[in-house]
Amino acid sequence: MVNYIIRRILWAIPVLLVISLITFSLGHAIPGGPFDREKQLPKEIIANLETYYGLDDPLWKQYADYLWNALHGDLGPSYSSRSRTVNDIISEHFPVSAQLGVLALIIAMVVGIPLGMVSALKQNSYIDYFCMFFALLGVSVPAMTLGPVLVWFFALKLNILPVARWGTWQQAILPAFTLGIGSAALLARLTRASMLQVIREDYIRTARSKGVSEKNVTIHHALKNALIPIVTVLGPLFAYLVTGSLIVEQIFAIPGCGKYFITSVTNRDYPVILGIMLLYAVLIIVANLVVDLTYAWIDPRIKYT
Amino acid sequence: MEVKLKKRDNEVKDKIIIDERPEVNLWKDAFRRLLKNKMAVLGGIIILVLLALAIFAPYIAPYHYAEGSLLDNYAKPGTKYLLGADFMGRDLLSRIIYGTRISLSVGIVGALTAFIIGVFYGVVSGYYGGKVDDIMMRFVDIMYGFPTLLLIILLMVLFKSTFAIATPGTFAGYLNVVDRAFGGLFFIFIGIGVTAWLGMARIARGMALSLREKEFVEAARATGNGNLQIILKHVLPNLIGPCIVTVTLAIPGYITFEAVLSFIGLGANPPTPSWGMMISEGYKAIRSYPHLAIYPGLALAITMMAFNFLGDGLRDALDPRMK
Repeated sequence: MVNYIIRRILWAIPVLLVISLITFSLGHAIPGGPFDREKQLPKEIIANLETYYGLDDPLWKQYADYLWNALHGDLGPSYSSRSRTVNDIISEHFPVSAQLGVLALIIAMVVGIPLGMVSALKQNSYIDYFCMFFALLGVSVPAMTLGPVLVWFFALKLNILPVARWGTWQQAILPAFTLGIGSAALLARLTRASMLQVIREDYIRTARSKGVSEKNVTIHHALKNALIPIVTVLGPLFAYLVTGSLIVEQIFAIPGCGKYFITSVTNRDYPVILGIMLLYAVLIIVANLVVDLTYAWIDPRIKYT
Repeated sequence: MEVKLKKRDNEVKDKIIIDERPEVNLWKDAFRRLLKNKMAVLGGIIILVLLALAIFAPYIAPYHYAEGSLLDNYAKPGTKYLLGADFMGRDLLSRIIYGTRISLSVGIVGALTAFIIGVFYGVVSGYYGGKVDDIMMRFVDIMYGFPTLLLIILLMVLFKSTFAIATPGTFAGYLNVVDRAFGGLFFIFIGIGVTAWLGMARIARGMALSLREKEFVEAARATGNGNLQIILKHVLPNLIGPCIVTVTLAIPGYITFEAVLSFIGLGANPPTPSWGMMISEGYKAIRSYPHLAIYPGLALAITMMAFNFLGDGLRDALDPRMK
């Protein structure tokens, strides 16, 4: 097990190297420099700026320097906002995306898991059909559709929630729902499928025949086992919600990482692009590792060598 | 005596032939089950209607998508413009109808690349196993570490800015002409194609890995079939079903990618009527004209729903155990 974890962590190193290399090359392949402005700067100033930021070094040296600094926790300076480093930018914007992701995940769990359970326990009833229809609807409605509808109804028509921005809890409700509802639907379908599978297991029949009450069977015997596949998707789901909140951030004018990423791509702010890309890649890799580990932890039958 | 027996034998044989049940193959059977699923049929019908709208858009739409009169900007829904007009006075309904072309073509191109590259890659990797599998899957693992959306955004910026300044006549210049002709969609096709096949490759690989251990593959090998023949005749037909299901359920994802790119201004070039772009244009006026953002959004949601309905139905039809 320890071996397995170590191997997985070691494998993350080449993955991150390749991702940083590809991102670095893509960033530098985009024509135009970071200091191109509408009003052309004098050539000497651009040359000075490039020397200052090491942009006149050969590409391989720039990449090596970047990696070396990144290993020491320094993701470099930002080209477009001179007073802030990439570390500053990420520590300012990432918590916002993370908060949004956590809230969306909570909504997804609170709405999705009970819905799936009820559906499974009342299989083929009207309640089941209704829940599953709702779930299919939720999976299919993108944030781009849901966001404007929610804003129009709750913020403009009923005037009970703010239209945009970030800071108060009222401002968090609409974006978190917009982001989380699709995942809620996903969790509902997953819970239902997993619950249906578990209910048919022998140990459930054994528990029933021993005279355990139906409530006890559901909570202690069925739910616990049915939650295994659910718990394992929570990690990647969180990573997906954090890295995929770009549109929601755009719609609700939330100062998160996704929104900033778009800005830095148009500004050709390579260090910021690379920094956010690497941060998200780490997030995804860790999430996938956590899945495999929780699997082994929850279900002792699974062994990694 | 001998003759008699022979006659009886023939009778029995005839009877057996008559009693033989009509041939049931997997696909016919699955199709029959699919037709029984109301949601799937509804999804299929919606997709057919959308296809018809896309193909016959010029005959169905009351106006051309780029045609507008600034006198009619933000016109209310009414007899002249059924769903109203946008900020440039263009008919919203016409633009939504033409928009089906963009969403469907992105969905189809994504599905085709996922299917052709993904299945091929996965089958080769899974069937040959060992070193080949290790190397091929490591590459997929690396690609999986990428935040897909961010990668596509970066690619789009690269494509758009590199080829926009390319000199006409060169290969890059030619690509730019192609992209212009597609209304800015060509690079989206490439961007989606780069990432679309990954999930499919993983699934096809997993199945090929287990199929190659099956007895019928061993039998085929024992009777002297080559690898290519085994893959084409025995492995592919057995994994094509689940792959079709996966690809159908992935189409809404490709459609969303295009909409997201166009929403943030990296997708289709104006005035190409992309639903994502229409939502972002409409959203700027949401306080006064909410319908401009909501109607294209509904079109997008209905399209995605149709593919999800059909995909779910296909999954149940092709694998009754999964229900």
